[in-house]
Amino acid sequence: MTKRIRVLIAKAGLDGHDRGAKVVAQALRDAGMEVIYTGLRQTPEQIVEAAIEEDVQVVGISSLSGAHMYLIPPVVEMLKERGAGDILVIAGGIIPNEDADYLKQIGVSEVFGPGTATSSIAKYIYDHLE
Amino acid sequence: MVTDAKSRLEDELSKWEDEIVGRVTKKAPERKSQFVTDSGVTIKRLYTPLDHAVEEYEQREGFPGRYPFTRGIQPTMYRSRFWTMRQYAGFGTAEATNERFRYLLEQGQTGLSVAFDLPTQIGYDSDFALARGEVGKVGVAIDTLADMETLFSGIPLDKVSTSMTINAPAAIILAMYIAVAEKQGVVPGQLRGTIQNDILKEYVARGTYIFPPAPSMRLITDIFAYCSQNLPHWNTISISGYHIREAGATAVQEIAFTMANGIAYVKAALQAGLAIDDFAPRLSFFFNAHNNFFEEVAKFRAARRIWARIMKERFGAQDQRSLMLRFHTQTAGCTLTAQQPQVNIIRVAFQALAAVLGGTQSLHTNSWDEALALPSEEAVTIALRTQQVIAHELGVADTVDPLGGSYFIEKLTDEIEARAWEYLKRIDEMGGAVAAIESGYMQKEIHESAYRYQKEVEEGEKVVVGVNKYQSAEEHRYRLLKVDPEVVNRQIQKLEQIKENRSATEVSNALAELREVAHFGGNLMPPILRAVKAYATLGEICGVLRDVFGEYRAKSLF
Repeated sequence: MTKRIRVLIAKAGLDGHDRGAKVVAQALRDAGMEVIYTGLRQTPEQIVEAAIEEDVQVVGISSLSGAHMYLIPPVVEMLKERGAGDILVIAGGIIPNEDADYLKQIGVSEVFGPGTATSSIAKYIYDHLE
Repeated sequence: MVTDAKSRLEDELSKWEDEIVGRVTKKAPERKSQFVTDSGVTIKRLYTPLDHAVEEYEQREGFPGRYPFTRGIQPTMYRSRFWTMRQYAGFGTAEATNERFRYLLEQGQTGLSVAFDLPTQIGYDSDFALARGEVGKVGVAIDTLADMETLFSGIPLDKVSTSMTINAPAAIILAMYIAVAEKQGVVPGQLRGTIQNDILKEYVARGTYIFPPAPSMRLITDIFAYCSQNLPHWNTISISGYHIREAGATAVQEIAFTMANGIAYVKAALQAGLAIDDFAPRLSFFFNAHNNFFEEVAKFRAARRIWARIMKERFGAQDQRSLMLRFHTQTAGCTLTAQQPQVNIIRVAFQALAAVLGGTQSLHTNSWDEALALPSEEAVTIALRTQQVIAHELGVADTVDPLGGSYFIEKLTDEIEARAWEYLKRIDEMGGAVAAIESGYMQKEIHESAYRYQKEVEEGEKVVVGVNKYQSAEEHRYRLLKVDPEVVNRQIQKLEQIKENRSATEVSNALAELREVAHFGGNLMPPILRAVKAYATLGEICGVLRDVFGEYRAKSLF
């Protein structure tokens, strides 16, 4: 039997709006994945630490407050440094297109904007981990 | 209703159902087998006087300006004065926000509403490590009194009313506001405005808490006490359902949980020895205006009635002003779409109309670009114009509670009220709002509603125009507001300068006094005011309180 996909859903920075993060977490759980939610106010270091410790294949970062350009690149970088560059990093929240373009260039696999169906996030993960 | 008239109407109604409706629906079935509001209230095909007993009119609807205030808190409502048009604004530095404030006032806005950045809301200075990337983003950065002086420079504080969305460090920001006013020659007694100061909903829905519940409640009741003596026109709290709704609650949950939190504040104030009618007239509320139009109108009416009953029957308030639920409304940010974002203008307009028909005292209309970024000046102008059109062109403010007496609205108001009471009863049984929050009950209820909503959207049961229906393929790139990334450096520089120029002894004496009062008891407002005036930073003041009170850590409930 194949191992269930493990996902870390992370809330980075000081933003406390976690409706989206929790809804995505539950939807991925319902889609058959194991999901760990970090809770609020995580630093990039803490997110990377948790991802490695929990041995996840996917890290999903939620950001609404506009701090994504400060919070997401260090996660990607540190994962690479720690030899965990194969972890799929995805992001969601209020991230303008041009920032999303940049994040994808530096190694974020996909950026999901507002209005994304949770089922398409689940499908994306399944498609990219097979 | 007279009995014969009632039975005649009942007969006619069932005849109409059988003969006319039955025939028509056989040929053309209705769009859905069941119509329900977003809160799950079933909507009947038709409402008639049978849904609405005239005998109970006075206890249930009554007259505007009279208990139970269902139809409004003022006898003449908007025939006298429109609601306050108050756009929430703040970004970057105090200078940039000051500019936006002056612009909005020139455009006819009638009150200010300050958004603070996340470090400020969580009690950190701009040079704090985890604040990186957040300084000036979702609001203005305030580190010391100097920033507040800049923020309100050239704005006469005796003339405008100011609402400030600040919770955990509300006492400090209020103290800064008082100090700025004094420098302008305005005495505290002249100040009008609101501090949000609602920590319970932060634990539930918004996440900008600092201290554990008990000391947080103490800070709040200290503010109640201080203001009842010194700032008689100041709204000492804005008990907020807005964020609870944004987190996914239904309309019923929004008002039920907000009322439950309100009860907790009242109980805390009574325990602190305050007299109900000394502080209750200055309690205010903050609600969301969502899409389901009539349900929203009914929600506001139900909320007024519930609060009046709670204050009168449960707490024995005598002053009529203690019984009146006064509220600010914001249109629902979570309904805004990034797809075809200009459609948001229409959503906002209808939501704003619901708030006005529901009798709000003040209103913020969201800007159409907010699902993409912070609002640009152009977008915020359209949002403000929306309110002005409703006020001046539609005529909906020309009579009091124009939907009152609609068989449907009255029935819906009753149903929302009944469902909210059920929640209130359940929360009482748990030991009140604080216990219900600590056990995660409210959070779970809200999350379940949020998830259900999301599923309904994904399954197409709920239509979101532009998202799951009527999509358009074109991708637009809009001109969006970008906060200058240099803000953080300028802010840190300014902070360092202030620290150099202030008297270190004054600061350390003030902070030592604060520590003592925090530790041994007494009202925290005077020492906070003293520290603020000495240009102690927000982070330093919160640091002392963190030392004494500890920090709240949310249990992971997910």
